[in-house]
Amino acid sequence: MLTRHPSPVVTTVARLLAPLIALFALYVVAHGHYSPGGGFQGGVLLAASTLLLRLALGEKDSAPAFPPSLALPMAVTGVLLYTVTGVVPLFLGGGYLDYARLPWPGAPAPLLRYFGILVVEVGVALAVWGTMVAIFDRLARGEG
Amino acid sequence: MRGLTLVLLGLFLALLLYAEGDLPGRGDPAAPASTHVSPYYIQHSLAETKTPNLVTSVLADYRGYDTLGETVVIVTAALAAALVLLGERRAD
Repeated sequence: MLTRHPSPVVTTVARLLAPLIALFALYVVAHGHYSPGGGFQGGVLLAASTLLLRLALGEKDSAPAFPPSLALPMAVTGVLLYTVTGVVPLFLGGGYLDYARLPWPGAPAPLLRYFGILVVEVGVALAVWGTMVAIFDRLARGEG
Repeated sequence: MRGLTLVLLGLFLALLLYAEGDLPGRGDPAAPASTHVSPYYIQHSLAETKTPNLVTSVLADYRGYDTLGETVVIVTAALAAALVLLGERRAD
């Protein structure tokens, strides 16, 4: 079990940096359409901010920021979000993962595909984030 | 035994170097990889998906099924790690 780092310098810097890393991660996820980035990279950065808090504050004190029990459900939710985005167009006359058939009245097909990509990237980010934290938590607990 | 390994590795290296000669040149516009679907993506991606980043539109839209598989693999890793490590703790 990870415990809180004794130095206040470490804990303060970690608490200052973690939200900034998470903010940049959100930018990486949302800006994947225009620059290098996307779900995988942003998800790893989100996980990095959580793991920084875990390492500095210990599992107990960082639990309010990210409860350990949330990790696996979040990872599965990410895949579910992706899969649902793929299945919904199936019922509306399109193919699997055909974002142009997503139910959003009035939007032209390119815009729908644009937002389909965004939803899918968010799903990937959630999956990666949850996976990294879930594996880390279990390995850290095994240390005893 | 060690000598045999080195000889086999050397033969394999020679085979790979021999096969490498038949690969298309780097960035060759006439290569099969550049003439199949790539031109379509390059010409139509922005108009069809409003996404200037070609990598993102191929990754999440044109080849979305592939990326879905990758995501499932990652989450499977998390579930497998959770199962294995939980089992270890219970055995203590």
